[in-house]
Amino acid sequence: MKLITAIIKPFKLDEVREALSGIGVQGVTVTEVKGFGRQKGHTELYRGAEYVVDFLPKVKVEAAVVDELVDQAVEAIENAARTGKIGDGKIFVFDLEQVVRIRTGETGATAI
Amino acid sequence: MSKLIRKSCLPAALLLSPVLSFAQAAPGVEAAVHKGDVAWMMTATLLVLFMAMPGLGLFYGGMVRAKNVLSILMQVTIVFCLIALLWAFYGYSVAFTESTAYFGSLSKLFLSGVTIDSLADTFSDDVKLPEFVFIAFQCTFAGLTTALIVGSLAERVRFSALLVFSVLWFTFSYLPIAHMVWGPGGMLLEDGALDFAGGTVVHINAGVAGLVGAWMLGKRTGYGRDILAPHSVPLTLVGAAMLWVGWFGFNAGSNLEATSGAALALINTLFATAAATVAWTFGEWLFKGKPSMLGAASGAIAGLVAITPACGSVGVMGGIVIGAAGGLVCLWGVNGLKKMLGADDSLDVFGVHGLGGIVGAILTGVFTAPGLGGTGDADFAIGSQVWIQTFGVLVTIVWSGVVSFIAFKIADLVLGLRVSEEEEREGLDITAHGETAYRR
Repeated sequence: MKLITAIIKPFKLDEVREALSGIGVQGVTVTEVKGFGRQKGHTELYRGAEYVVDFLPKVKVEAAVVDELVDQAVEAIENAARTGKIGDGKIFVFDLEQVVRIRTGETGATAI
Repeated sequence: MSKLIRKSCLPAALLLSPVLSFAQAAPGVEAAVHKGDVAWMMTATLLVLFMAMPGLGLFYGGMVRAKNVLSILMQVTIVFCLIALLWAFYGYSVAFTESTAYFGSLSKLFLSGVTIDSLADTFSDDVKLPEFVFIAFQCTFAGLTTALIVGSLAERVRFSALLVFSVLWFTFSYLPIAHMVWGPGGMLLEDGALDFAGGTVVHINAGVAGLVGAWMLGKRTGYGRDILAPHSVPLTLVGAAMLWVGWFGFNAGSNLEATSGAALALINTLFATAAATVAWTFGEWLFKGKPSMLGAASGAIAGLVAITPACGSVGVMGGIVIGAAGGLVCLWGVNGLKKMLGADDSLDVFGVHGLGGIVGAILTGVFTAPGLGGTGDADFAIGSQVWIQTFGVLVTIVWSGVVSFIAFKIADLVLGLRVSEEEEREGLDITAHGETAYRR
């Protein structure tokens, strides 16, 4: 089992969700985050005070996925989230040691 | 007597500041109370209250970080209410009874002698107001002025020390200056200074106090490094709009009657403000690259401040020039001048109210001239009037500056002016008031 974490541009969330749904990944967790890589921030001006804001709003999408689906899931996210411009984001894949469905107590791949 | 005593060496400038005495009208003059005037003045009182509650609170509140918004609202609210009480107890008496050129008397302590039938003067010999209405109207001015200072001290002042300061400053700066400009026998009134609705009494007075306080408090923790940006510019705009609406009561109400004088103040309050907003916005667009909402809201306030002393005596075009000048000068005030002064005047009370008041007070001396559309007499002399205005400005700056310094010092020694760094970092809403504004 793997945990896929993708940092994407906020407006790409719906597309990514649909793409994952399309390959059979039904559950995702979404968090609003801030970050930057090579994309530059912007400057805000409030009267005489100028602030350089490096951090850009992003969305983090996490999905637990069975090993057989990992490659498809990564590809689905990549294609859905790509704009071709700087700041598209990154995908991280972690090893997932244990998964439990709280309602039923199921564990392992059946809990995904 | 409501006729104004003038020194013979002064130009015969039309004195438009209210002189109040509560003796009978001059012999032979039938004095009456007109329902239209009373209704208007009651409305004006509500409008000025609205400026403070919640106008000023929201205007300031939007500009601080979310963790401090309640502290601003509390400071404005409680300072206003506290000063209102003191106004009833002794403030009204000290400002508006006759005694010396600097201070009134305590003859109306606790409003003694004032009854439902008592009358206050207006600018017309034959027109009176119920004294209660005048007291209430002027009360809102006193509370609002003292609450203005809060802006310079935002996000780090200790609440208790602020209250102590406010009481001292109200007593020893607001009251004497109000008396000097508006009260019977007041020194600046006698000199012929023109301050229709309080450019000196309110704005320069508070602006200087704010600057002194900002210096003495020191800069906010993280100033120049952390992002100290406004948490809600929409809220600030809402507050600014409320201030603009309420200001019609502030300016046109200062006419004390619902007549053409009020109409002049009204129209000036409309157009000067529009001019200032446009001037600041275009100036910012040109010099800073983008026109901002915070800038436009600030521009509006700068224009309102600048037209305050002038609204009853300048023509519409003169008022527009004053508004535009206020907008541009205050744009510099919150940028270049602020850097020069080196103090963290958090919400620019000096940059907008102080500086705007100075610009407005001095330009009042120019645009009251009949040749420039003003209501001045035929022998109005711009040069000498500008000097009188400047003198009034200087007196206010020095008086307010000195009193503020002493009052802040006392508050500091007794209670400590500033909260600790930990309290500041956590936020005043939690540490001083035990509340969070926005639950996540």
